[in-house]
Amino acid sequence: MAEEKYLVDIKNERLSFFTPAGEVKALNDVSIRMREGEVLGIVGESGSGKSVTAYSIMGLTAYPGKLIGGTVEFNGHRIDQMGEKELRKIRGKEVSIIFQDPMTSLNPVWTIGNQIEEVILLHTGKNRKEAHERAKELLTLVGINEPEKRLKQYPHELSGGMRQRVMIAIALACEPKLLIADEPTTALDVTIQAQILELMMELKKKLGMGIMMITHDLGVVASMCDHIAVMYAGKVVEYGTADDIFYEPKHEYTRGLLKSIPKLHEEAYERLVPIEGQPVDMLNPPKGCPFANRCNSCMKICLDKMPPYTDISDTHYSACWLIQKAEFEKKQREGED
Amino acid sequence: MGKYITKRILLALVTAFVVASATFFIMNMVPGGPFLGEKAVTPAAQEALEAKFGLDKPLSEQYTTYMNDLLHGDLGPSLKKRGRTVNDIIATKFPVSAKLGGMAILIAFFVGVPLGSYAAFHRGKLIDNIIILFSTAGIAIPSFLSSTLLMYFLSAQWGLLPSKGLNSPACYIMPVIALALHPTSYIARLMRSSMLDVMGQDYMRTARAKGVSQVKSIFKHALRNAILPVVTYLGPLTAQLMTGSFIIEKIFVIPGLGSEFVGAITSRDYPLIMGTTIFLAMFIITLNVIVDILYAVIDPRIKLK
Repeated sequence: MAEEKYLVDIKNERLSFFTPAGEVKALNDVSIRMREGEVLGIVGESGSGKSVTAYSIMGLTAYPGKLIGGTVEFNGHRIDQMGEKELRKIRGKEVSIIFQDPMTSLNPVWTIGNQIEEVILLHTGKNRKEAHERAKELLTLVGINEPEKRLKQYPHELSGGMRQRVMIAIALACEPKLLIADEPTTALDVTIQAQILELMMELKKKLGMGIMMITHDLGVVASMCDHIAVMYAGKVVEYGTADDIFYEPKHEYTRGLLKSIPKLHEEAYERLVPIEGQPVDMLNPPKGCPFANRCNSCMKICLDKMPPYTDISDTHYSACWLIQKAEFEKKQREGED
Repeated sequence: MGKYITKRILLALVTAFVVASATFFIMNMVPGGPFLGEKAVTPAAQEALEAKFGLDKPLSEQYTTYMNDLLHGDLGPSLKKRGRTVNDIIATKFPVSAKLGGMAILIAFFVGVPLGSYAAFHRGKLIDNIIILFSTAGIAIPSFLSSTLLMYFLSAQWGLLPSKGLNSPACYIMPVIALALHPTSYIARLMRSSMLDVMGQDYMRTARAKGVSQVKSIFKHALRNAILPVVTYLGPLTAQLMTGSFIIEKIFVIPGLGSEFVGAITSRDYPLIMGTTIFLAMFIITLNVIVDILYAVIDPRIKLK
């Protein structure tokens, strides 16, 4: 089989934060692949390692985090082997990111124009005047009117939605191959959320970049993403197409997530089903499945051994002993026949 | 901006009036008088002196006379320094203090800011701890001790520097160091914590994600945000240092405004006390206005109204 080329190819990534309290195992054997132009959603609760995974593609692991195993490949670069100086050439150019809170992600003491032009001047051969023109173009592209005037304004003079548009303009300035969106709409109000997501999809169509969408909003991933990776306690517990995840969830955690979404058409007396229990203490992760102590169908083996990945279809896999058990029983039945 | 400055000037005039009035009456309530020195003065001589300077008149009349003169920019004669006016004393003594203080401020700023930033960027490492140690010591050690130690070693023991006066450039070294020690340490600490705060901000992460180099992100993105608390401190600091430190001027025998001010109080030289107090008040107000303007220049979110 010919080796297919992936835009992002993370293999068995292990990443830990070495804090005074001990080693926090943020990523435990994470493997994620993404094709060019694909939209991948990463969902999971706070601390599940979604952002850490995405940041490691840019080599942006915050101190005291350290990659301790596995490989991270992006667009043909071995990110895990590159130094700060080489990484700088990729950041903002081949891969860029928009953050959760547009209110604090822009520097308050420089104008919008200055901050957009900065990234253009850094990565392209354009001079100041050309960069200025390009910045104007970008603002128009992200749907901001009166670009000439806006370029002279400071972040505090713009609304949250506008600022997120500016962040997108900065991110797309050098036409990257991959746009990482780290909960890009969490800090915005609902109508603006929809606008921003629509804008992102529209720009994706125009520019053809891949998008890695980090979120805990399942509604967002359902409508936008080709593939979804569900993360729990520093592991990808289930991966599949949007249909796989929403219609045939296999992992108990994914099922729990889906049950905890409020539904508009259900009867009013039906209560939401939360996932009971607390997230795992990442300082002392359990040796078995990290979800075991919150899982309603927990078996003996779950507490003891980490479940391996089971392929459910070409596009769908999950790590859960229940699937293994089901497969085993199916095979036995077939054997008896 | 123009409106703001006009407003501040009007406010300054009101402040000057209040400061002048308060000082006038408080000083008159304090027991003692300018001509009650150690040397016995005959009652006749004392009366003659008081009459000469108008001190025999009722307080209200003295007050109106003084305020009238003040309005014309006349701070009156010194009671103790024969034949010299207060205007004249301030005009000759202030430049001496201002020169020393100015040098100390430049040192405090240009050493304190880089030192604090450097410590912040090497947080938790040995160099950070060393800078913290020295800046804490610099804040804790009073200037009379540091000046005395400097003088003892550099002049008395090793004979490297002259111990008093301001006759040669070398004379400036010790008093300027002694003056700058405390503010340098303070600015270093201020800058360190402010820099640490800024480094944790989201926009610093954005800069990194754009591919901006660390050096550039420090100078362009961090410094301008982190310097604000230092600028705030710089206002009162400049006023304090440029109007002279009594202790350091005494120790190094420097004819500055600081020793003049304290001398005037102990000898009840009313016009000189009034003059220096009003001068100091005006100086502080002016500096605060400058700091406010600087603030608006550095941070566009601040609007002067």
